[in-house]
Amino acid sequence: MKDWTIYIKPKRSLFQINIKEIWEFRDLIFMFIKRDIVTLYKQTILGPIWFFVQPVLTMLVYIFVFANIAKLSTDGLPESLFYLSGIIMWNYFAECFNQTSDTFSQNSQIFGKVYFPRLILPISKIFSGFIKFLIQSLLFYIVFFFYLITTDLLNPSSWILFSPLLVFLMAGFGLGFGLIFTSLTTKYRDLKFLIQFGVQLLMFATPIIYPLSSVEGKLRTIMNFNPFTHIFECFKFAFLGKGVNNIEGLIYSMIFMFIVLFLGVLIFNKTEKNFMDTV
Amino acid sequence: MSDKVLKVEDLSKIYRLGEIGTGTLSHDLNRWWASIRGMDDPYSNVGQVNDRSKKSTSDYVYALKDISFELNKGEVFGIIGKNGAGKSTLLKIISRITAPTKGYIKANGTIASLLEVGTGMHPEMTARENVYLNGAILGMRKFDIDRKFDSIIDFAGCNMFVDTPVKRFSSGMRVRLGFAVAAFLEPDILVVDEVLAVGDAEFQKKAVGKIQDISNEKGRTILFVSHNMHSVQNLCSKVCILDKGMLTYSGSVHQGIEKYIANSSFNMKNNLIERNDRIGSGRLLFDNWELIKDGNKVNLGITGSPLSIIFKISSHSKFSGISFSIGFFNASEGFLTACKSDAIQKVFDIEKGDNVLEFSFDKLPLSSGRYIFNLAAYNGSEILDWIKGAGSFDVENGDFYGSGILPAIGKQGVFVDYDWAKS
Repeated sequence: MKDWTIYIKPKRSLFQINIKEIWEFRDLIFMFIKRDIVTLYKQTILGPIWFFVQPVLTMLVYIFVFANIAKLSTDGLPESLFYLSGIIMWNYFAECFNQTSDTFSQNSQIFGKVYFPRLILPISKIFSGFIKFLIQSLLFYIVFFFYLITTDLLNPSSWILFSPLLVFLMAGFGLGFGLIFTSLTTKYRDLKFLIQFGVQLLMFATPIIYPLSSVEGKLRTIMNFNPFTHIFECFKFAFLGKGVNNIEGLIYSMIFMFIVLFLGVLIFNKTEKNFMDTV
Repeated sequence: MSDKVLKVEDLSKIYRLGEIGTGTLSHDLNRWWASIRGMDDPYSNVGQVNDRSKKSTSDYVYALKDISFELNKGEVFGIIGKNGAGKSTLLKIISRITAPTKGYIKANGTIASLLEVGTGMHPEMTARENVYLNGAILGMRKFDIDRKFDSIIDFAGCNMFVDTPVKRFSSGMRVRLGFAVAAFLEPDILVVDEVLAVGDAEFQKKAVGKIQDISNEKGRTILFVSHNMHSVQNLCSKVCILDKGMLTYSGSVHQGIEKYIANSSFNMKNNLIERNDRIGSGRLLFDNWELIKDGNKVNLGITGSPLSIIFKISSHSKFSGISFSIGFFNASEGFLTACKSDAIQKVFDIEKGDNVLEFSFDKLPLSSGRYIFNLAAYNGSEILDWIKGAGSFDVENGDFYGSGILPAIGKQGVFVDYDWAKS
């Protein structure tokens, strides 16, 4: 009889995700990204240089601890490059995950006062993380080209073309897990304590500080179930020419990612309606 | 055909009392089981009326219960009620910040809410950046803001500080900037919580004017919550009263405000002995008052007719040179006039014990409506007794000037004797 443009009712179907609305608010995504980037290093002396300090220091510590003290293999690759590739990729995932996993608690102030599609915030975090990732990967490229020109240790392959997909997978995992966790922590805060060290444990279960080739037998089989394994191995194979790369593993990771992301969006969508009353 | 833009039907919202997180899992499971079987929320039956002052008997409470109303295009709808009556909850549901438990809302057009000014502003960013950020949060597109940017900055009055980080702004400036952004939003329905209470007088005037502009010229619908009856009266074309989560009145502004005042605890009895919110030394106390017209006790006055208020006073000691004062306020608590006895050179000697005093109008100068008065007694500079809102009474329209003409009918105010002449 009459067209109502907005219909507010108690329950919403689980699968109703208003993509159109998110698109209408796309300028907001941009503004949030700008806010994240602009304000991150305001009133710091080094400013954007901090983007590089963190991965470089981490790399140095890894070289010292894992390569020199623990004597872990780097597959015959330059240590700095081996660690740096892992650190930067992992950082992107960790950034996406950490930033999105407290969407609700961090922004309850804004969420309590104004309406916009809540997914905007986590999405914007993925993009601001991506900008940080791009800047940090400059570091990787500098070291990469240095070794490519001065040594013949590296053997890049055409799989390099797949690297955007790998980054996309990391972003998807970060967002998916982040959405699940932020939804659950609004009500059960215990999970917050899990996040920090969970990310760390997951990192050690992923071939970042060691190559998959150094893992044998049963352990190897278990590690193949970790979807991140294939992403990192593929990345190293593509750029550095060493790594256990298989297309099945990558497809497995991709399916895994879509399931996590789908679940995440679903739970997030359900939580966003009433979280103001429980936060 | 009427232009309905908002339709709220049977809206209810239930809150759980007490701590969230203890024992909720079992309730969650129960709810989930009920919803799977397609049944109602099993806890919604136990909800009770939201009355802050009573101890709860159930774990769940109705913040809103069966609210229904409709708004047409261009209406300014005032929502009044005591603290905790559910006003903010209603606004939050309409602005989609939280979901209702039962019922639904249908709206035509876009809804923007201004529950707080400057939501999401970042102190490290400049005014310019914050205008864009805040605008985007409120749902404006970038090109929209580009177009309105200069007017926004103008309205906020901070042309000088466009590129200064907002953290260096005074809090008032921040509020102005926040409101300015919101004022240039162009939603079909604007939801405004009590945000006009901040800022200086000049800015408040500007803000109220802007809201009037929005509704009058642009034909937009506004929902407005306020405790300030004065701004409600100035802005709204329709009001509703929320009481303990229920809609107790919906209709004209004038009546609504009167009803609200009448229902509030501000409603006074003739007996003043039990009032303990009085100020003063207490050496002399007002005991009770009565409205008298032509020697008879009445309960309303008529404009232009005589009216007296007779007070009984009890005094602990003998006084001389006591002055009395009675101050009149309209229903929205706006001050009208004060009648001090010493101003007309009347001071009284008071005996120990009971005394009776009479205050009278030859011609009641108040137009129709409900009025409230304060009472005070002074011994020089000593306040003996002072009662805010000591009493209230209704006035019906009468012929003040004896000409049959009543100026400014429908508005609460005072009539004065005056003259016009041609020289």
